[in-house]
Amino acid sequence: MMDKQAIQEFIAKRVALEFQQGDLVNLGIGLPTLVANFVPVEKEVIFQSENGCIRLGPAPDPENVDPSITNAGAIPATILPGGAFIDSAMSFGIIRGGHVDVTVLGALQVAENGDIANYMIPGKMVPGMGGAMDLLSGAKKVIVAMEHTAKGAPKLVRTCDLPLTAVKAVDLIITEMGVIEVTQDGFLLVERNPEFSIEEIKQNTGADLHVSPNLKNMAI
Amino acid sequence: MNKIISLDEAVDKVKDGDTVMVGGFLGVGTPERLIDALIAKGARDLTLICNDTAFIDRGVGKMVVARLFKKIIASHIGTNKETGRQMLAGETEVELVPQGTLIERVRAGGFGLGGVLTRTGLGTEVANGKQIVQVDGEDYLLETPLRADVALLFAQKVDTEGNMSFHGATRNFNVYMGAAARISIVEAKEIIREGFMDPDQVVVPGVFIKYIVDGGAL
Repeated sequence: MMDKQAIQEFIAKRVALEFQQGDLVNLGIGLPTLVANFVPVEKEVIFQSENGCIRLGPAPDPENVDPSITNAGAIPATILPGGAFIDSAMSFGIIRGGHVDVTVLGALQVAENGDIANYMIPGKMVPGMGGAMDLLSGAKKVIVAMEHTAKGAPKLVRTCDLPLTAVKAVDLIITEMGVIEVTQDGFLLVERNPEFSIEEIKQNTGADLHVSPNLKNMAI
Repeated sequence: MNKIISLDEAVDKVKDGDTVMVGGFLGVGTPERLIDALIAKGARDLTLICNDTAFIDRGVGKMVVARLFKKIIASHIGTNKETGRQMLAGETEVELVPQGTLIERVRAGGFGLGGVLTRTGLGTEVANGKQIVQVDGEDYLLETPLRADVALLFAQKVDTEGNMSFHGATRNFNVYMGAAARISIVEAKEIIREGFMDPDQVVVPGVFIKYIVDGGAL
């Protein structure tokens, strides 16, 4: 079985295959940020970050760090040729206005109707929604990249019991166990990591998991 | 008109109980010298409007640690454990606002709008107690304007008119907060004292800016 880092890289690699040529993409903090490492340059994916960067590039060498150029997690970054710096109203105009093709976010829970909870655990952990609610309401496609369970507890559930970040917003879920589409009829397993049996994946899912007649092995 | 004043004069504009907007995104593009001077002067029962509460040793995070706030309006507090502690202990009220909604509420406050309509937050706790408005059959939340007594802003360059330009990802909320506050003070890394900024380079006009302080090279 993979360790935590290997699981996260495995998920990030699979997410990277979802982007189309020239997509405008916003990556959330944490696991989703790793996705950028696995997107081939020739795909010309444009990364936007909500703090005000378009064409966000990789981290600079330590001697070239500019404290004014960071990603949305305040980590030093670069801007690629053709990029731009923008203010927060422009940044969220892009996000809310439907100009972001794909956003990749983490989640605490995703429900079978596409509801998502990812910004607080009442009384325990209340980081705030940041830009997540806007991304979920505005991005054309929402991909959740997360581990399939949290300490064994399913994160794919019938209904979220944590406060919602958005209603019926998630299109696709990518975990270390498989790729799951959110459909009118609930969760649909379309790709499976051959390390896990369908039965195992079902046992680790807190709602009905339909299996696609065209089920494939997970593409990496 | 010369708007340049000292740091001490600037932070004297902030009175106990004021609502204060502060520019910056996790401390990037935030007026660190104004913040340090305000902490040194001391203030009580302020309400903060800021994107986030940065880190305990950076940006507005230092003001959280110094306990200047009775209320914080922000989109994210997760990088500053002291904010979360004060909130969970009931010491400081925290209102979480989605980031895109927060900037639009500030913009509305500054630009004479009665609010903005957004789908963001529909069906979540953010919608609690808010009016839902239908436009062309679509539901939107009515989000009301935010205004402040004082705005503390950062710019890379200003001229003595207060015309502002920026470097990197420092524009964030600095572009709009000046319009939404009664008294706006900008801390500039560089002040153009001879002549003025090229009008083509001005991102925010100085009409919103009342005072300028020298941020020097940090």
